[in-house]
Amino acid sequence: MKKTVLYDNHVALDAKVVDFAGFMMPISYTSISHEHSYVREKCGIFDVSHMGEIYVKGSEAEKFVDYIFTNDVLSMNDNQVLYGMMCYPTGGVVDDLLVYKVNKEFYLLVINASNIEKDYAWILENNKFDCVTSNESDNYSEVALQGPLAEKVLSEFTSYDLKELKFFTFDNIVIDGIKYLVSRTGYTGEDGFEIYGKHQDIVKVWELLLSKGEEYIVPIGLGARDTLRFEVALPLYGNELSKDITPLEASLGFAVKLEAGDFIGKDVLVKQKAEKTKRRVVGLTLLTKGILRHGYKVYFEDKEVGEVTTGYKSPSTNESVALALIDRPYDKMGTLLKVQVRNKFVDVKVRNKKFYDKNYKQD
Amino acid sequence: MSKVLDGLYYTNSHEWVKVEDGFAYIGITDYAQESLGEIVFVELPEEEDQVNAGEEFAAIESVKAASDILSPITGIIVMVNDDLEDSPELLNEDSFENWIIKVEMEDSSELNKLLSKAEYEDILE
Repeated sequence: MKKTVLYDNHVALDAKVVDFAGFMMPISYTSISHEHSYVREKCGIFDVSHMGEIYVKGSEAEKFVDYIFTNDVLSMNDNQVLYGMMCYPTGGVVDDLLVYKVNKEFYLLVINASNIEKDYAWILENNKFDCVTSNESDNYSEVALQGPLAEKVLSEFTSYDLKELKFFTFDNIVIDGIKYLVSRTGYTGEDGFEIYGKHQDIVKVWELLLSKGEEYIVPIGLGARDTLRFEVALPLYGNELSKDITPLEASLGFAVKLEAGDFIGKDVLVKQKAEKTKRRVVGLTLLTKGILRHGYKVYFEDKEVGEVTTGYKSPSTNESVALALIDRPYDKMGTLLKVQVRNKFVDVKVRNKKFYDKNYKQD
Repeated sequence: MSKVLDGLYYTNSHEWVKVEDGFAYIGITDYAQESLGEIVFVELPEEEDQVNAGEEFAAIESVKAASDILSPITGIIVMVNDDLEDSPELLNEDSFENWIIKVEMEDSSELNKLLSKAEYEDILE
């Protein structure tokens, strides 16, 4: 089992630690709902050092990344970040990721911890371009600083004008004398930053940011990371996305640019878009008590019409809601369906999948 | 350190049984509630349902996951703690005070197969 560089900090903070994607990760420090609200109202810091980092460098780096990525790499500016997927020729998803453009000849790809080996093998297999790739995952650690007070907290420790760091851009930023790669991105639906650095530098920035005090910032575990991303309908690979679910079925068409250059899987997605997907990810509200969980089957009368991909009692709204992949035409808003929970069938209603409004700093 | 009470019977799956006036009260241990985290829903059985030793009779949902609760003994449910329906957090507050079901045992010798306080404390080590 791998440990991140912050493992000793988690233990010292009395975190409940679990195995996640082969890493010993904190699931919570106090309680998931307390940590969740803290990020919605103030600021939280997450250890996300388990995430993977891949470099793509060379004269055809841009062409290669565009070829394996669903979003439009050719339109990117330097220091821009773009979200999208790598797809198989079937249109199913290898992984969802962030692409950081340093320049036309240097890209950083940030991928899911559970997919690092698979993704890197996929990248090597498809690199028929004049560029070299390297798996830098063991050389980077990462923390995410998220919440409405994130800018205020970080600005205490840097002279960089953070107001100039726009949503989905990044820069090299000096924090207390050390240089980090900082992007205005995150996975919570709140304003915030993701901070990449060398292992020991990340320990320093973790301790430094937490020194601002718990009236501003507390550490947040993976439990609240999942409830936070869920409430704003951000997908999790393995739940809303997989090799058997296309980005269009996952209702993530915004990250798939079919009118731009060719990429692996595009043909299938073009066809799927023209003919409409046979199913798509929507929201469900549970009309009785209980909680819907990943894998529970959804029925219309006696017919199985889908499956729950993630479900929680939303900590922000207290409603029991879920994301679910539902066959058309049962995906229509307001449709009444049933979900099997253990040996019972409970009533649910199809709804918009945005359970909570995002609060990004966008100009 | 999780609390373990005297005079109760325990299971490997972290349920407890307290025998009073010939009836068995069944709940989850302090260790169980601590491991589950914040409990947000308890799916309760109904009175007069049959329960079987080692089989699931209720489900507890924490924020993160659902867990089956197994009956330590066989019998018929004579009472369900309905307070848990509206206040599942009672199990976090005091999991020994807040039993889940009261059972009329079919065969009280089943109790001998359960763990004593000392034996249960050993598995928590």
